[in-house]
Amino acid sequence: MNILRKKSKANLPFSERVIELFIRLCGISCIIFVFGIFFFVFREGAGFLFNGLNLTEFLTSVEWQPTSLNNKRYGAFALIVGTFSVTTLAMCMAVPFGLGAAIFVSEFCSPKLRETFKIIIELLAAIPSVVWGFIGLTLMNQLIIQVFNAPIGLTMLNGSIMLALMSVPIIVSIAEDALKAVPDSYREAAEALGATRWQVIYRVLLPAAKNGLLAAVLLGAARSIGETMAVLMATGHSVNIPSGPLSWIRTLTATIAAELGEVARGDEHYQVLFIIGILLFTITFVVNLIADLVIKGIRQE
Amino acid sequence: MNYSIEAENLNLWYGDFQALIDVNVKIPHGQITSLIGPSGCGKSTLLRCFNRVNERYGNVTTEGKIEVLGKNIYDTDVSLPELRKAVGMVFQRPNPLPISVYENILFGLRIHSPMRSITKADADAIVEEALKSVFLWTDLKDKLKARATSLQLEQQQKLCIARLLPLKPKIILMDEPCSALDAKGTRAVEELMEILAGTYTFVIVTHNMAQARRVSKECIFMFLGELIEHRETQSLFTDPQHEKTSDYVHMRYG
Repeated sequence: MNILRKKSKANLPFSERVIELFIRLCGISCIIFVFGIFFFVFREGAGFLFNGLNLTEFLTSVEWQPTSLNNKRYGAFALIVGTFSVTTLAMCMAVPFGLGAAIFVSEFCSPKLRETFKIIIELLAAIPSVVWGFIGLTLMNQLIIQVFNAPIGLTMLNGSIMLALMSVPIIVSIAEDALKAVPDSYREAAEALGATRWQVIYRVLLPAAKNGLLAAVLLGAARSIGETMAVLMATGHSVNIPSGPLSWIRTLTATIAAELGEVARGDEHYQVLFIIGILLFTITFVVNLIADLVIKGIRQE
Repeated sequence: MNYSIEAENLNLWYGDFQALIDVNVKIPHGQITSLIGPSGCGKSTLLRCFNRVNERYGNVTTEGKIEVLGKNIYDTDVSLPELRKAVGMVFQRPNPLPISVYENILFGLRIHSPMRSITKADADAIVEEALKSVFLWTDLKDKLKARATSLQLEQQQKLCIARLLPLKPKIILMDEPCSALDAKGTRAVEELMEILAGTYTFVIVTHNMAQARRVSKECIFMFLGELIEHRETQSLFTDPQHEKTSDYVHMRYG
């Protein structure tokens, strides 16, 4: 009775054991890579972070003069403000559109149209960020100059439009999953009580899916914070506390990308760029962690 | 005799499949009528016509006429929210909404009245009355803020009945309301139906012939989309006129 014999690891065929080992390695490598990257970034920046950098100045000063000969300043406040303002403005545009599109796709679409929509949304997510930056640099630049009669179109507004377009696909697909996870029996119950379609959405679906929707927004925001190329090209890349959407700004990510190639390995400036990296890592880690906890909240209910 | 529901020459298709064939039925007012028959005979479909909830699946074609409380519900001027307010429905699996017990009971009322038109005092009174009529008040009066989906199944199903009551429906449709409950829960829901039967017209789909015999005054037997026999329950079971009915009630198939 071969089938009835208890399966133990010892009598698995050799090929299966190799495959199992391989898959195990793949899983573990994920963790190793994340910790490896964090370790590397931290090691490069740690020396100056604990010994030499004025952390108060770094977090609160707007003077970013890393290449000055006699007055080097490492104040990243304007960069932090730049990152957060461009992300906030992007979210103001992406959240209503993203959630609206998710509601449309999950509740109002015919199944055929839904498939088409999802393919197009995935296509939007697949556009490389440098292409978005290119669009920002040329098309959107002209558009902003004409519409707002601005001297230059490479502004926070330009960057946030690009970021909004890049985070909408993430928001749509996660929010749609969250809405689809709401059991159909809730919709049926509400409809059988006489609820209209819109009442079903705002009285039943949105409250039932609120954690998933929040997670969608947070992951969209994390995407925006981490984005580099498009904002480097579209926001004007100038250290500045913005006074409005038509101000130019510079973000944390764009600073690293633009300056890391021109610094000597190991000097102060180099290390400060890595400290910015640690800061970014921390911000996106916190945002992702919150999103994860929020998603876990759904599963427990 | 007063009739709550009168269907005439009712035909229904899901795509190309005809699920109801020329059904004519009159359901009397203020009592329990049960629909029985083997799986796939169209009894649930017929029930779901009475509040037009089967239309949400799409691809449904209906022909004929159903008068509910004297009004043809397939007329173009019929408002679905109003129809469903008058004709409540209880489903096979208890489906309270994922909000508090309190808000579940007020849900129907809230969607049918303007924003913020229900005062707190009114709301409290309505919730208490609804829970009392389904005998849940003593069990749940301290748990009004609890999520309805965390209750026991029997309590959930009674809550699903209770949440219909504030809308003052005339008819309550039940689609195998006890199939997810144990014997005790089944008994409790049946007793509740018997008590409420004078006030509301009940139409209940059931797989359980014993249940149909216990609770209903009239019984309708359906087979492959056709209405075969509709009579007073006891005589349908003891003296079926049709061969198919006789085979079914004597459990030769089903």
